[in-house]
Amino acid sequence: MKTLSISALLLAGLCILGPARAQDAPKPDAKRLEEVTKAMWPKTPEGWEKRISYDETQAVCSQFRNDLPQAEFDKVRARELATIKLPADGKVMGDWKAGQRFANDGRGGTFTDRPMTNGANCYACHQMDRFELSYGTLGPSLVNYGKDRKYAAEEAKAAYAKIYNSMAVMPCSTMPRFGYHGFLTEQQMKDLTAFLFDPESPVNK
Amino acid sequence: MRVFMALAMSITLGAGLARAQQPVDTEKELEKYRQMMSDPMSNPGFLNVDRGEVLWAQKRGSKNASLEACDLGEGPGKLEGAFAKLPRFFADTGKVMDLEQRLAHCMETQQGLDMADIIRRRFGAPGRTSDMEDLVAFIANKSSGMKYSAPLAHPKEKEAFAIGQELFFRRSDFMDFSCATCHAEEGKRIRLQGLPQLNKAGKDAQATMGSWPTYRVSQSQTRTMQHRLWDCYRQMRSPEPVYLSEGLTALTLYLVKQAEGGEIQVPSIKR
Repeated sequence: MKTLSISALLLAGLCILGPARAQDAPKPDAKRLEEVTKAMWPKTPEGWEKRISYDETQAVCSQFRNDLPQAEFDKVRARELATIKLPADGKVMGDWKAGQRFANDGRGGTFTDRPMTNGANCYACHQMDRFELSYGTLGPSLVNYGKDRKYAAEEAKAAYAKIYNSMAVMPCSTMPRFGYHGFLTEQQMKDLTAFLFDPESPVNK
Repeated sequence: MRVFMALAMSITLGAGLARAQQPVDTEKELEKYRQMMSDPMSNPGFLNVDRGEVLWAQKRGSKNASLEACDLGEGPGKLEGAFAKLPRFFADTGKVMDLEQRLAHCMETQQGLDMADIIRRRFGAPGRTSDMEDLVAFIANKSSGMKYSAPLAHPKEKEAFAIGQELFFRRSDFMDFSCATCHAEEGKRIRLQGLPQLNKAGKDAQATMGSWPTYRVSQSQTRTMQHRLWDCYRQMRSPEPVYLSEGLTALTLYLVKQAEGGEIQVPSIKR
């Protein structure tokens, strides 16, 4: 697990933040907080060494409760934009049927899962195929996503980039940074983009 | 289990029909299901309560002692209302403790139990009962009908609350999630599962916290708040948090404060 110096981050955060918000309790001592989190997760699980545990962007989003002042917002967006790697072959559209499968699959990545291809679990938060009734509401509905964007190539590329790193578009977005974390593969992100943008996909029917 | 299957089938059928006609009111169907399950006479969580009662009074461990001298905050052996005021500061350990931490402390110091065994069995499974789940069900049940009212007066309690609040909003790991990702807005769902808003005091937090410990039908086990938080972090793709760690107690204190004034009715029964 890559871990920045948490106390340094927190101290920096505290200096920027100034007084806590009205509804919040006073901030705890940064060193104590680090001690407590360290005791909750004292060691990196085997096979998780490459996973990011707490990066600069997560720290600043936590600190500001996802509501960044403009200067921080711009800094995060620039930093996250720089992480996006578009497919080398220039194609962002894969197989929408495979994308449909990943969108419906919520398995993978937990400490009780064996290593496997992770599901994207889009339906946990988004409506997609209008006939799939079991969808969550944490994210906006994506019904007609490609159709509404006239299936434009540039829009498909933007969708791929958003799946890769949502925070390059909206700093502190609720949506995971699937490509940045390596949670999804390039092929999976292409397939999901096709699920959104293929005219034959049920998302656009 | 039969009820569960029937419901699963009716949802499947409902979904099939809805394709042709119109969406069924899924939330209403689920509410009917919850009501069918919450009959106390058919709640297996009360088996844990009974087992917990026996464990509380049984002389065990290297010291051949029962737990009856254990002080859960209201005085040695006083159980009524003790759960409603936890987590709280204990002068003898100098720590803010939740019910499970406090029980572990008493098991170790007063009974001399094999704590490795207690912790190995922290979560029950088929063929393996958990002393902790049994004892928590028994003791929490002694606060049924009462309201959450953790003191939050001692500086260490205030510190734990502040730490719990930070942890609630702390985004981390593989999916950038924090507790707030799912529990800081009103009326949201994951798939069809409603999500309580827990970052503000009120009915959602009261209904949620007032119904733990609970018998989980999907797991056929009675689960405690330690298990609930363990499972939240699992679903968040975080590493496994250490059982009985200080951070989990801090989070619990943050949550019971949001639930203040809410009535405790436990063990409840849930999906």
